[in-house]
Amino acid sequence: MHYALCLALFLVGLYGVMVKRNLIKIVISLVILESAVNMFIVMIGYREDGIAPIMSKMTDPEVFASRSVDPVPQALVLTAIVIGLGVTAMTVALAMRLYEKYGTYDIKEIRNLKG
Amino acid sequence: MLEMMGLLLIFMIIAAIVAIETRDLLAAVISVTAVGFGSVIAFFYMRAPDVAIVPIVVEVLILVILIRATLRVGLKTFVGNRDFFGMMVTIAMLLVIFLAAIRVFNDLPAFGEPVMAKMMDAPSRIYLANGLNDTGAANIVTAVLLDYRAYDTLGEATVLFTSIIGAITIIRKKARKKPSEPEVEEWTV
Repeated sequence: MHYALCLALFLVGLYGVMVKRNLIKIVISLVILESAVNMFIVMIGYREDGIAPIMSKMTDPEVFASRSVDPVPQALVLTAIVIGLGVTAMTVALAMRLYEKYGTYDIKEIRNLKG
Repeated sequence: MLEMMGLLLIFMIIAAIVAIETRDLLAAVISVTAVGFGSVIAFFYMRAPDVAIVPIVVEVLILVILIRATLRVGLKTFVGNRDFFGMMVTIAMLLVIFLAAIRVFNDLPAFGEPVMAKMMDAPSRIYLANGLNDTGAANIVTAVLLDYRAYDTLGEATVLFTSIIGAITIIRKKARKKPSEPEVEEWTV
């Protein structure tokens, strides 16, 4: 059920990438796609009534290993989120450059102008 | 807890639909930030405080970048999508992807039960059992990020650096010239 909702969020982003004509809307759809994928990867590692993978003096290592949520997806998503920022910055830079050259964000008009 | 996650996901889907379908670009940018902050709350609920702190900064930066692209004098708003035939093909493709992916979820354990619980020799178990002794870090996510998989983090820093260099190169107006080269016509847009 929750995985299906996450997939629905992903598909909303995919719909925006494929259907929209505005370049900024396409960038926004890419950001939504990133959020959905990051959510899904963290959801795979979630344990019901689990604890955050941070130890304290009171925690028993044996109990900790059996109750903590999965730390590896969290570490990888941490990396992916920051890279997503770089991707967004670069796509926005490309979109702004296209706007300066053609004076519009509409990809249909840009295609008709042909360089 | 599980109901809360479902509500948050539904909120994110609604915000995403608003972001994609609204005509006002500024409203769309703000709605996509709502999606990001919804994911921040969801990360807190999923016991991932380290992951939850990072998107707060990232979402604000994305908001600033997108607003910079949206604030244009005389920005035309236009409605309408691709043509009708393309629209039908798109919706059919999305439906096929949805039906195929739903079947994949049957192979995963239910939400609330991590994949590592079914694998006896999963690396996550080793990290959780030996993380403190191996690395000296009480936070296992940090132990994975900066010790077990430190090369990933190095690669992340490289990718971020390269993408920012690329963005600056794309935005820069004047091409760099050597002093010895003859004066050429100024390249403007």
